[in-house]
Amino acid sequence: MPEVFTSYNNIISPLGFTTKDNYSALLNNQSGIQNKSFGKLNDLFCLATIQEEKIKEYAVKAGIESGFTKLESLSILSIQDVLNQSGISLKEKNTLLIYSTTKGNVDLLEYNKPPVSKERAYLSKMTEAIGNYFGATNIPLVISNACISGLLAIIIAKRMIAEGLYENIIVCGGDLVTEFTVSGFKSFNALSTNLCKPFDARRDGINLGEAVSTILITKNKSLLSESSTHILNGASANDANHISGPSRNGDGLLQAIENTFSKHKHILPDTINAHGTATPYNDEMESIAFERAGLTRVPVNSLKGYYGHTLGAAGVLETVIALEAAHHNQLIKSAGFSEHGVSGKISVINEHKKTTINTVLKTASGFGGCNAAALFAKL
Amino acid sequence: MEIVISSYCRIKNNALIVNGKSIQLAKQDSAAFFLAETYKILGLNYPKFHKMDGLCKLGLLATEAALQNSGFLERHTLDKIGILMANKASSLETDRVHQQSISDKEKYLPSPSVFVYTLPNIVIGEIAIKHKITGENAFFVEPSFNTNLMLQQNNLMLKQSEVSAVISGWVDFDNGHMDALIYLTEIADDSIKKLNFKPLNEELLKQLYQ
Amino acid sequence: MDVLIEKLKVQIIEQLNLAEVKPEDINPDSPLFGDGLGLDSIDALELIVLLEKHYAIKIQNPADGKKIFESVRTMAEFIKSQGKS
Repeated sequence: MPEVFTSYNNIISPLGFTTKDNYSALLNNQSGIQNKSFGKLNDLFCLATIQEEKIKEYAVKAGIESGFTKLESLSILSIQDVLNQSGISLKEKNTLLIYSTTKGNVDLLEYNKPPVSKERAYLSKMTEAIGNYFGATNIPLVISNACISGLLAIIIAKRMIAEGLYENIIVCGGDLVTEFTVSGFKSFNALSTNLCKPFDARRDGINLGEAVSTILITKNKSLLSESSTHILNGASANDANHISGPSRNGDGLLQAIENTFSKHKHILPDTINAHGTATPYNDEMESIAFERAGLTRVPVNSLKGYYGHTLGAAGVLETVIALEAAHHNQLIKSAGFSEHGVSGKISVINEHKKTTINTVLKTASGFGGCNAAALFAKL
Repeated sequence: MEIVISSYCRIKNNALIVNGKSIQLAKQDSAAFFLAETYKILGLNYPKFHKMDGLCKLGLLATEAALQNSGFLERHTLDKIGILMANKASSLETDRVHQQSISDKEKYLPSPSVFVYTLPNIVIGEIAIKHKITGENAFFVEPSFNTNLMLQQNNLMLKQSEVSAVISGWVDFDNGHMDALIYLTEIADDSIKKLNFKPLNEELLKQLYQ
Repeated sequence: MDVLIEKLKVQIIEQLNLAEVKPEDINPDSPLFGDGLGLDSIDALELIVLLEKHYAIKIQNPADGKKIFESVRTMAEFIKSQGKS
C-alpha cells in the first residue's frame, strides 16, 4: 500500500486565522477562552469564540459573498488557505473534501428567518454549499462521530488514499459555540465556570470552543509541506459501556491505541496529544489507558486549555498543532495543569520545552463510547 | 478478499422485512407505535430501549432483527466487529426537540436525556453497548442512501482495520419518517464460505434497499 | 406525604421513560440508584430537571443530588422541606 502523508493545513480559531498565528499564540501562552454570557440566560460561561467582526473582515477580503452561514464562511476561508498553499483544486477528480462536524449549521434551527435556507441544517446540504463554492467535482463526504469526528476523518482519509480511491483528500473539521451546545452541556453539568484544567487535580469540566481546521492528506510527494508527516496507522474502537460516560478502565481507548501500534510495535511515540477535556471521568479514563498501553513516560498534553473543546473540529485542529510542534521539536505546555490529578501514571507537559520529536500519537474519545488513535512519523 | 452478507433487516413505510420475510404493520401507525410493536414482535427485554430517541430505537431494532438467529455474533469475537452507519438527517429529529426546550427564556428547560441523543453516532454506541461490540466505528451523513459509499467504506473497514465483520447500514429518522437498512457483512474465510451467503455487491445492496 | 410519594413515582417513570416499571414496583424506601431501578448518571441529571419542571426547585450544586435522590421518600422529604409540595 502506498504511503500517505499529512501536508498543508490551516486553523481558524479565536487565536488566529492561520496555523502559524495559532502556533505562535500557544508559544506565547495565549488562550482563546474568555468569560462571557451567552444565549438567553444571564449565566456566565467560559467559552472560546471567534470575533464576528474578524470573520466579516476576512470574508470580505476573500470575496466571499453573503449567502453563507458563519460556519460555511469559516470553512471556506480555511479550505481556501490550504488550496492556496498546496496549489491543488477540488475541481480535480482525484481530490475529495471530507468534512467532520458534530452540529454543523445547527444554529439555523434557532432562527425564524434564517440567513440561508433552513435546509442547510442538513449536514450534506451545508457541505454541498461549501463544495459548490470551490466547484468541487466529488460530492463532499461528511463524518459525524461525536468528538472523534476530526481524527476519524483523518484516519478514513488515509485509508481511502491508501486504497487508491483518491490522490488528495482535504479534511476540514468545524463546529461553532451555539446556544444549542452550551445549554446541552450545561444540562449535563459538564461545563466548568473557570478555565478548564485537563489532567489537573482541580479540574471540574469543559469549556466549549469554536474553530475550523483543515489539513491536506495526500500520497503525492510533490505536495508535501515542511511539516508533513507520514501517517503510519490509525484505529477506532468503542467502549461498549455507556453512551455519555467513558469506560472506567480505558478499555476502548486502549484497544484503539493497541490496534494503531499493531504493525509498529517497536515504536514508542515521542509525545502524545491527548483528548484531555478536563471532565473528571474523561481524563481519568485516558490516564489509565495510557498507563496500560505502556506510555507512562511519554510527554502528554491537552490543547483544551487554549481552545476549549471544539467538538468536530478538535481532532483536526489538535493534530495540526501537534504536527506543527513536532516539526519544531517543541513540547507544548498542557495549559491549566498544575497538580497531577489522575490515577494513571502519565507525564503531563508542564512547561514549553524543546526536545527531539520523531513520532506523535494523537487520541480522541467521545459520546457514544467512541475512541480513536493515530500515529504520525516525521519524514 | 471476498465479503458476504449473512443477514439483513429493512424498515420502510412502517414495514419490517427480515431476510426477505415481511411483517407488515398498519400504515397509519405513528413511528412511536411501530417501534413499540416491533420491540414486542422481536421479543426483546431491554428496558434501556425505552429511554432511546427514535433514531436509536430504529437502528437498534433493525440490528436486533438482523442479528436474531444469524449466528453472526458467535462467528466473530466482539472486538473484531465494526459498526458502520450512515443517514441523511443526522440527529436532527432530536436536535429539534432540544432546540424547542431552549427556545423560550421563560420555559428554558434543556434535558440531558434529550441532549445526549443529539449526535448521530449514539445509535452505534447503543448497539455496541447491547452486545459489548468494541471494534471500529464510523458514522457518515449523506444526501441519500449511496450504495457506492456504503460498499467502499465497508471494504475499507474490513481490509484496513482489525475487524473481520461489520454491522453496516442506513438509519434515517426525519420528521417522523423512518428509513433503515441494516445488513451484516463478513470476510468470507474458509469456514464462512461453507455457509453459502450472498456476496456483497452494489446490485444486491440496491435490491435490498428498494 | 404519601400522596406526594405516589405523585413522584408517576413523574419519575414519565421523566425517565421507565416504560416497563409500574408505580407499585417502586418501593419508596429502596435506593433509586444501584441495583433497584437501574438508573444511571443521565437519570440523576434528569431528576434535577424533574424537580425544576414540576416543583420549581433549582438545585444549584448537582453534588447535593446524591442525598436528595437516595430514595423516593428522601426526594419527597426534600420537596416538603422546600415548601413546594
